[in-house]
Amino acid sequence: MPNVMIRRNDAGDLLFYVAKKDMEETIASVETDTAESWGGEVRLTDGSCWYIDPVSPPPSFPTTLRFRRGDD
Amino acid sequence: MTTMNREEAQALIEEVLAVYPEKAKKDRAKHLAVNDPALEQSKKCIISNRKSQPGVMTIRGCAYAGSRGVVWGPVKDMVHISHGPVGCGQYSRAGRRNYYVGHTGVDTFGTMNFTSDFQEKDIVFGGDKKLDKLISEINELFPLVKGMTVQSECPIGLIGDDIEAVSKKKGKELEKPIVPVRCEGFRGVSQSLGHHIANDAIRDWVIPNRDGDTSFESTPYDVAILGDYNIGGDAWSSRILFEEMGLRVVAMWSGDGTLSEMELTPKVKLNLVHCYRSINYITRHMEEKYGIPWMEYNLFGPTKIAESLRKIASFFDESIQAKTEKVIEKYQAEYEAVVAKYRPRLEGKRVMLYVGGLRPRHVIGAYEDLGMEVVGTGYEFAHNDDYDRTLKEMGEATLLYDDVTGYEFEEFVKRVKPDLIGSGIKEKYIFQKMGIPFRQMHSWDYSGPYHGYDGFAIFARDMDMTINNPCWGKMQAPWMK
Ligand code: SF4
Repeated sequence: MPNVMIRRNDAGDLLFYVAKKDMEETIASVETDTAESWGGEVRLTDGSCWYIDPVSPPPSFPTTLRFRRGDD
Repeated sequence: MTTMNREEAQALIEEVLAVYPEKAKKDRAKHLAVNDPALEQSKKCIISNRKSQPGVMTIRGCAYAGSRGVVWGPVKDMVHISHGPVGCGQYSRAGRRNYYVGHTGVDTFGTMNFTSDFQEKDIVFGGDKKLDKLISEINELFPLVKGMTVQSECPIGLIGDDIEAVSKKKGKELEKPIVPVRCEGFRGVSQSLGHHIANDAIRDWVIPNRDGDTSFESTPYDVAILGDYNIGGDAWSSRILFEEMGLRVVAMWSGDGTLSEMELTPKVKLNLVHCYRSINYITRHMEEKYGIPWMEYNLFGPTKIAESLRKIASFFDESIQAKTEKVIEKYQAEYEAVVAKYRPRLEGKRVMLYVGGLRPRHVIGAYEDLGMEVVGTGYEFAHNDDYDRTLKEMGEATLLYDDVTGYEFEEFVKRVKPDLIGSGIKEKYIFQKMGIPFRQMHSWDYSGPYHGYDGFAIFARDMDMTINNPCWGKMQAPWMK
């Protein structure tokens, strides 16, 4: 369950940053991304998949959230 | 040897690796790579931030060095106590050339060494009482000190002293921030973790100090310079450019920095990050907590300077953008003259670099402005995000080496035969004796500044003076010719 900092890059994409692992990836898709909630399965551009119970109301970025490894 | 192609470069790496035993070879192979600028992510070609192999010569430092030496050390109006035996602090004292203004020993303490000088009995019975007394003594002898940090050396963590409790108690008693930093040298694989620990200490003990205090009058143009350690005056030659652009530099970390500047940083509009490696943690924190955007800039060489200044200006209104163009225009004649003078003397020269935090990528542009080419580069303690940022800066089929060993570096140099090597004091004399021009790129070889337009002129002169020095033609004794 790593702590993940989510922030926007200059292009407006969401970045998924895990300090402990030096990992900075772009988020490719988010399962639930509506006006009410944000989360579910989050897919990164490197193909990996992470999970967070949908947060509602959607958080404002940048913010730190706890993710689980999504099971593929 | 002229420039290598991919296969030749890969073959060179194989050849260098051949002498290692199987296991070491497997490990080191992951740290050496041939650059492919088309790659988006470095983890496809290079592994970094791993423990060095036992038995090889690495030039990495320890977490204490990263915190005491790099991040905290230059904060000039605080006393940084090297807590533990005397050596760690004394042998690293004042070696980094981070310039500052002030009266050393009165209101600033940058080049002094404060230590608790642990003896056997402190290891056996614990050093908390000694620390308590030491803090009072410092406060009495140097009443203008604004705060202190307790920089733990290895033994502190081993014997389990409670420096947090002492710091809290003394902080209350003296009404000054006393910051405990758990940067024992054995933590992590290099000085890099020390940067992170130091950033965390700043986050917990300094950044929130003025939350809710609105007495500071801010302007829409407030910025902070982060991760510039003012080596040879670098931060000063950067700062004047930002000020000419119409920005107000509220804080400088930590080169020529002060505690109150650090405390005021959450009030700025934009954080300007110079050394990403050592300071990104705190800028990410400030972005999250205070909503302050941050950006990385590079003030080496006119091309990168213009790029960076324009990017910074894009965060502000048109008046700043117009002024920025004026600044670039103002210095144009100056830097063009530098290029006109030195480029013919340096054109086509090939450089190999091996440095620390940001320079292995940041100085490439400055060399290119002088018509030189960087054919190999590497970091002592980088992480993957640093290499991500490096791939694009380097040419096709150039060498990348992470935490390079003494042996590997020498072998690469023998084959690549660069015209100049830029690295640290530990490499300097080996390569000079091999007859290769060398510049120290940590301390600018007692020169500098190299940042900004003023710095570029000095940079160009230094490179010329080193490469075109007549001594390199006299390496062989006359009777050996
Ligand atoms: S590794 Fe430990 S003993 Fe060595 S310099 Fe660092 S803090 Fe001191």
